[in-house]
Amino acid sequence: MSLPPLPHLRRLMPWAALLPMAAAVLLGYLGSALWTLRMSLSSSRTFPQDDFVGLAQYERLFGNARWLLSLHNLAVYGVLFIAACMVIGFLLAVAIDQRVRAEDLLRTVFLYPYAMSFVATGLVWQWMLNPSDGLQQSMRQLGWASFSFDWITDPDRVIYTVVIASVWQGSGLVMALVLAGLRGIDDELWKAARIDGIPTWRVYLSIVLPMLGPTVATVFVLLATGVVKVFDAVVAMTQGGPGTASDVPAKFIMDHLFGRANLALASAGAIVLLLTVLALVAPLLYLRSRRAGQGHAG
Amino acid sequence: MSAVLPPLRQAARRRPARLDAGRIGLYAFLLLAAAFFALPLYVMLVTSLKSMDEIRAGQLFALPAAPTLAAWRAAWAEACTGLHCQGVQAGFWNSVAITVPSTVLPVLLGALNGYALSFWKPRGAGLLFGLLMLGAFIPVQVMVYPLVKGVAALGLFSSLPGIVLVHTLFSMPVLTLLFRNHYAGFPVELFKAARIDGGGFWRIFLQLILPMSTPMLTVAAILQITGVWNDYILGLVFAGPDNLPMTVQLNNLINTTTGERLYNLNMAATILTALVPLAVYFLSGRWFVRGIAAGAVKG
Repeated sequence: MSLPPLPHLRRLMPWAALLPMAAAVLLGYLGSALWTLRMSLSSSRTFPQDDFVGLAQYERLFGNARWLLSLHNLAVYGVLFIAACMVIGFLLAVAIDQRVRAEDLLRTVFLYPYAMSFVATGLVWQWMLNPSDGLQQSMRQLGWASFSFDWITDPDRVIYTVVIASVWQGSGLVMALVLAGLRGIDDELWKAARIDGIPTWRVYLSIVLPMLGPTVATVFVLLATGVVKVFDAVVAMTQGGPGTASDVPAKFIMDHLFGRANLALASAGAIVLLLTVLALVAPLLYLRSRRAGQGHAG
Repeated sequence: MSAVLPPLRQAARRRPARLDAGRIGLYAFLLLAAAFFALPLYVMLVTSLKSMDEIRAGQLFALPAAPTLAAWRAAWAEACTGLHCQGVQAGFWNSVAITVPSTVLPVLLGALNGYALSFWKPRGAGLLFGLLMLGAFIPVQVMVYPLVKGVAALGLFSSLPGIVLVHTLFSMPVLTLLFRNHYAGFPVELFKAARIDGGGFWRIFLQLILPMSTPMLTVAAILQITGVWNDYILGLVFAGPDNLPMTVQLNNLINTTTGERLYNLNMAATILTALVPLAVYFLSGRWFVRGIAAGAVKG
């Protein structure tokens, strides 16, 4: 069956329709990433400069105590946030999967924080964790005079409060995605496991969890890219404080771009951030494309 | 959490529900978790209904003794965000003005991209699509300054079209992927038949493909409304002082107040800001989950 030949102009139409996408890729994504890379090799302050200073900005960046602190915070935040979201999300999904009552209600309650903006979330938690008005004060008035929870004003612990708020917001997402994966598992597996007398928790840990590999990988990519981008939550909860104790790279970059007018240093930070994301995501994308190449697309 | 593990493991057997120790442990775990998740919303609600006197004297978790909507009225119409004192209503309407075009335009563009990629497969488009997917992982901070310059060069910086353009750019990877995968499941024969009947590129898209895409259009719209409404950083940088979205105004309202913090007002403003995405979530139910799941399969 052959298709009728198209007039010359009409044959160009699919290309014309993809022009916005081409512009987005070439100008929006590639162009701006390359421009930022170029800026990171210059001495630009308020305005872009054309000079070339090699890797000097990167050296300055990694000699900057605030940047190093923000990287440290990002690592602590990232590890704790991803681990806690995964564990809590998985436990919630498994618990809901036990044919419990009011399943829909429970799922709604676990996932609603994800629908809220990080700004709103951050503001609520900022208030609840504030020692003079929130949880601490409330517990003391209830008669527990020695109750103390002032992490949000403690420079050494403030990043944990951002973790708490983010886990509250994000673990419902893990629950939803893992639950979808659990529902896709054949009932035969459960019958076979029961006949063999394998304890349920072992089935979950040794059989179901590996079967959910692609789901876990997706969740990981989603959470990890969220970690690198974390900005709104910190701004709304602590504004990077006390001092710069809860600073994160995204906030460092924004401050140096717009507040402190150090374009080149901020660009170097942005490129480091980009490389971090690629290092996290590239292995997973590679694995996926290999799987697809072997004919196991999915 | 680890203290809850042992009973859960026992309960995790797939058998008809019976009330044994494991089952009780399971429900205890779920109720505890539900309480943790619901607590902030509860605290927000009760606080917004209290007077400042009651907040100063009273309990975080107590129900309001004399519920009043005064804080809600003040948050909506009187509170000061930066220089203006008209409450968060201005931000609300700004967010509506940003969200509507930033949903319609990107979703239709995503559908168009997906359609061209899946059915027409012009040469080189595969590479372009691969690059676009990579773009999904580029942090905003890498692109924000050059984009400011670019949008300014177009004369659109600090304007409504400017922020819509930026939202369109940042949502393109996910939305294109969504529709491309959706159309990959359509029968090719359908498309070929339409071609034989003389349908051109646009006619097939507008009269055949788009009307068949209603479920995916809904999912994409839910994803996009929530994402754009909850955006903070793009609105902060690109919208300009006259179009600041509600999230930015909320943060200004709460983090720049001098003097005593009006918690009831702040909480009311926060709920008002979260209201639209929460309403979308509660009303759309499983569609919302479908949207996240579909958007989650990036790469």
